[in-house]
This record gives sequence, C-alpha cells and structure tokens, in this order.
Amino acid sequence: MNAAAEAPTSTVVVNGSRMELIDRGRGRPILFLHPHIGLDPSTPVLAMLAEGGRLIAPSHPGFGHSERPAGLTTVDDLAYFYLDLMDTLDLRDSLVIGVSLGAWIAAAIAVKSTARMARLVLGNPVGIKVGDRETRDILDIFAMVEGEFLEKSFADPAAGKRDYSTMTDDEVTVVARNRETAALYTWSPYMHDPKLKSRLHRIRIPTLVLWGAADRLVNETYGRAFCAALPNGTFETIAGAGHFLHIEQPKAFAARTLAFGGQMTD
Amino acid sequence: MRVYQFTEQPYYPAWSDHNGSLRVNLPNARQDPKIAADLLHRYYDEWLVADEVGLDIMVNEHHATATCMSCTAIVALSVLARETKRARLLVLGYPIGLRPDPLRCAEELATIDVLSRGRLDMGFVKGVPYEFPVSNQNAVGVMERFWESHDFIIKAMTSHGEPFNWESEHFHYRHVNLWPRPYQNPHPPVWSTTGSRGNARVLGEKGYVMATLGTGFATRKLFDAYRAGYVSAGRQAPAADRFGYLGLVAVAANERAARARAEFIAGYVRTSGIVAPQFRNPPGYLSIEDNVRILRGEKRQRSGTRDGRFIDMHSASVQDLIDAAIMFCGTPDQVYAQIVDFCEYCGGMGNLVMMGHAGSLSHDDTVDNLTLFAKEVLPRLKEYKQPRAEAPAAA
Repeated sequence: MNAAAEAPTSTVVVNGSRMELIDRGRGRPILFLHPHIGLDPSTPVLAMLAEGGRLIAPSHPGFGHSERPAGLTTVDDLAYFYLDLMDTLDLRDSLVIGVSLGAWIAAAIAVKSTARMARLVLGNPVGIKVGDRETRDILDIFAMVEGEFLEKSFADPAAGKRDYSTMTDDEVTVVARNRETAALYTWSPYMHDPKLKSRLHRIRIPTLVLWGAADRLVNETYGRAFCAALPNGTFETIAGAGHFLHIEQPKAFAARTLAFGGQMTD
Repeated sequence: MRVYQFTEQPYYPAWSDHNGSLRVNLPNARQDPKIAADLLHRYYDEWLVADEVGLDIMVNEHHATATCMSCTAIVALSVLARETKRARLLVLGYPIGLRPDPLRCAEELATIDVLSRGRLDMGFVKGVPYEFPVSNQNAVGVMERFWESHDFIIKAMTSHGEPFNWESEHFHYRHVNLWPRPYQNPHPPVWSTTGSRGNARVLGEKGYVMATLGTGFATRKLFDAYRAGYVSAGRQAPAADRFGYLGLVAVAANERAARARAEFIAGYVRTSGIVAPQFRNPPGYLSIEDNVRILRGEKRQRSGTRDGRFIDMHSASVQDLIDAAIMFCGTPDQVYAQIVDFCEYCGGMGNLVMMGHAGSLSHDDTVDNLTLFAKEVLPRLKEYKQPRAEAPAAA
C-alpha cells in the first residue's frame, strides 16, 4: 500500500454511527460503494473518479473503521442507512457507483428511492437470484482459500494479492473485519436478496451495468440478466478485468463511468 | 467422580482414502450402508456394556463427516434412554448454534429426559467451524444466537403456566407450551464446552458444568477463569463437579497391551482435524484478533504438556498424548495415577468424559477397555477426594 497516494479519510456521523469516508474533489456528488473486500484508500480509481466531481467513498458499516449500528445486519438495512447518509450530506442528483456487493447495495437503495440520484453505475453486481434452485449463481467465496478466490475474481490474480506480513496491524485488522462483516450481510441467502429482482423495475433512472469480462466468480449471463431486469439499463463489458473491475482497469472504469455520468442533466 | 463413556461412532473404513478431507465434502459414496448398520449396532452394544459396568454415557453429533456417524444426537439419546437402565446420558453437545428451531430442541430434550426418567445431562455447544457451511447458519453473531436459544430452551422447560410468547432478535414463537415437560426439576443439568477464557467466565457466572476438550495442560487457566466467574456471582469456590474433561483412555492388564490399544484410539485425534482448508475458518467463528494472527501465519496452539511443549494432534505419538494429558494410558494403576495427577493440576475435575472407544479399536478391545476401567479404576476414582481450588484473585 502506498501511503503517499492515500486519500485522507474523514468521518461523518449518520444516525449516531461514526462512518469513515473519503470525501475529495468538487462538484456534483459521486457516491462510490465498495465491494465486500473493502475500500483501499490508495486504490487509483478513487483519484480518477474525483476528477469528475465530489467523490464520497464511505466504508460500509462494519467495514474499514466504520461503526456498525446494533441491529444493522442486512443489505436492506444498509440501503436505508445510505438513504440517511445521502440526507445527512444533502447529496443531490448524485452519480451512484457500486461494485459487486456495493452494486447490490446501490440497487437496494435505488429500488427504495432515487430522489437523490441522477444515474447509477453497477460494476459486476450481485444481489439477485438468476439460475434454478440447484445452480449457485455466484461461487461460494466463503468456501475458498485465498489463492482460489484471487484466481476466480481477478483477470490477473497478482492484482489482488496482499502480503499480510508487511501490512500494519491496523491494515490486517481491517481485512479480518471486512471478511466478517461481508459474511454477516451475505452468508444466507448467499450473496442475494430473493426479493430484489422483482423490485428492480422501480429503478427508472439510467443505469449502466459494467461487467469485468474475466469474472469467474459470477458469469456474464448473470450480469446481463441483472441488466435486463432494469427498465433503463445499458450493459457494457470491460476487457482485462475480473470481478473487481475498478481495481484491475481503473482508467477504463473511471472513464466509462464518468462519461455515463456526464450525461447527467444539471 | 463421574466417568462418561464416549465414542463418535466413527465410520473408520473411509479414513484411508479421503483426499485431504474427512468432513464437509467427502462423498458419501465412500460409505457402505450395510457396514454402517453393523458398526452402529456394535457401538450401541458397547454403550449398553458401559451402562452395565457402571459408567455413564456421553453422545455428540457432527455433520457430513466420516469421523462421526451420529449426525443427530437425538437418535442416540432416544435409543439409549430406552435401552439403558442406569447411566446418566450426557449430550455434549447439542449444537444449538447451528439449529434454526430451539422449540424443537426443547421438545426433543424434554422428551428424552422423561423417557430416561431424569437421566439427561444437557450440553449446549455452538458447533464446530466446518459445520456452519453445512448447516448454512451464519457463524457471525453465533454466540448471541446461542445464548438466545439457550434462554428460550430454559424458559420453555421451566414454564408451567399459560403458554408464553417469544419475539426477539433470532427466534419468534407464539403459544410455547412444552409437552412433555422435563422429568428433572427445574430442568436437566446444563453443560457446555469452551476453549476461551471469556466464555469460561460466563459459564462460571451461570454455574453450569464446563467441559474442555484437547486442552491438556492449558486447562487450568480455563478452569480458573470459570472459578472467577463462579465466585463473582456471590458463591464459594466451585466444587469439582462443575468441571469436565475429555480424555482418551486405553487401559489394559499390562502397559504393552495398553499402548497397542492406544494406537487405535489415537485415531480420533489424528483424523479429527482432517478437513479441507477452505472449511476450517468460516468468517465470524473466530474473533477478529484470532483471524489477524491466522492471516499473519501464526499457528494457534492449544494442547500443551506440563512442561509447556505444544502437541500437534495430527502427528502426536501416544507418549506425546500421555504427556499432554490428552490420553490416559497404561495399567489400571498407571491410568488412575495419571487421572488423579491431572485432577490435582486442575484444582478439581469431577467429570471425566472418557473416550474408551475411537478409531478402529475392535469390539473385543473396546469391551475389555471399558470393563477393566470400570472394575479397576472407576471404584478408586469414586473414592478419590478431589481438591477444590479457590478462584485466583486476579483472574
């Protein structure tokens, strides 16, 4: 991790819970919702996104150094929490971006209310059930050793590798905390909300589904099915990226996202 | 002292060909139901021997594994409640952390208690890590769910008036009304297990029987944490009957025969941890601090000898196991001396959960092991006056 490139984190209190977030850049709000592996403040895509507006990238409750309010245990709870966060920060006409679990959260927010959103970008979203009852749409990340997880989720597994021996205690603690909190939200039903698919029709704002084409945790058919359930969805792929496309292809991810967001009406 | 005879009812014929995992993902095609039937009947016969010779009985359950065919302790308890005459029947444990329906648990256990005319000891456990993926229960928050389940079961067993209502974080019921109610009043004794000092203290506060497994000469600190919790609730130091310990036992007329028997029984500790690595540590089962240590590649060491040497269960020799008090092995005199020595070290340990059968130990060897123990060791252990350690001032 390159400390010099790290964005400074600040905090915001939402409903009495202290949230860690990156708040940088100026202009229209861009809310970035991270995947289940957490938010690395030094990941290059953040600076790129901040060139297109005011980037707000929180660590979800229970991730990073963010508190988790008692009783907040589901993605549905997270969605209500983020509606409150958007109220607290008075975000208007936001571009909301989520990757993987973050995309599920973004969709769960948007089916409730898009009042503070203009456009939505979902990177390799999870959160719906597509296949039949004996088909696991998304590989069981909790039944994999780390090497297999990296191989399935990255086009180049080296892109996701971490050396725990050189990380600080705090950084390793965050990794362990992220893993536990991810399981809290996604263990069962595994990586989806059985109700979400039938509610996606409520998201009427323009939505871009960006798909890292080398994802082997979940396949493109799933991504296309997600997009097809959106009334105003567009599906595009990004080559050379797996499940975490914002990490592997940050330039392409930021450029496509901001270009799509640039069509926002002010 | 009480001594409970325990076997996991292993399907050992599958142990030789497992591709690195005896649990969770070993295909059940490796099991022949006819052999399984023969083994199960044999294991019940051996428990009946235990009942006849004056031992008590412990059963447990595990899931999706060739190490333990008892996949629901209720089946074993049901058979034994009816077929045994006098033994206390300890389930250690009933994995309520994996159970979605504590009302059903309460009903089953109450019925067993009635059927056995009050011989049930009711051990609650959260469940082993690799069985969370099997049960689909979330290991995150399992202790909160465990205690709510416990609270509900005790409330159900002790409520004798109008049906009650339960609407809480994890469980929701209306019209709870247990028929039959438990035979023992107010309810069967509660046991649990732990490997953590924090949990040991909580069990002490509640005054339940606490058993440890595989903790060897790292046991005393757990017992002391229990003692601290026990006296913090305004009681005198706990008697030895509040403590249990699982020990493998191989006894024979001479040391050589006992060691030969021990090699079979050691199959338990040598196979118990054979599970595919991806199932060993589901998120939430261990603390964040423990997971940090694991990410950093630090090994978790549990089983120590008296002189502080840690024992790797997979590769431990019989002598290692004896040195670590994981196994009590030798002639009746030697086994008695080893157990007493361990009780003295513990400051009192009044319930030996004796693994007198494990692995591929034969029926004849098992019967001889149990019979000799009951004849030569048990009477002396019953006479033995346990120490009663005070709670440590700073625990």
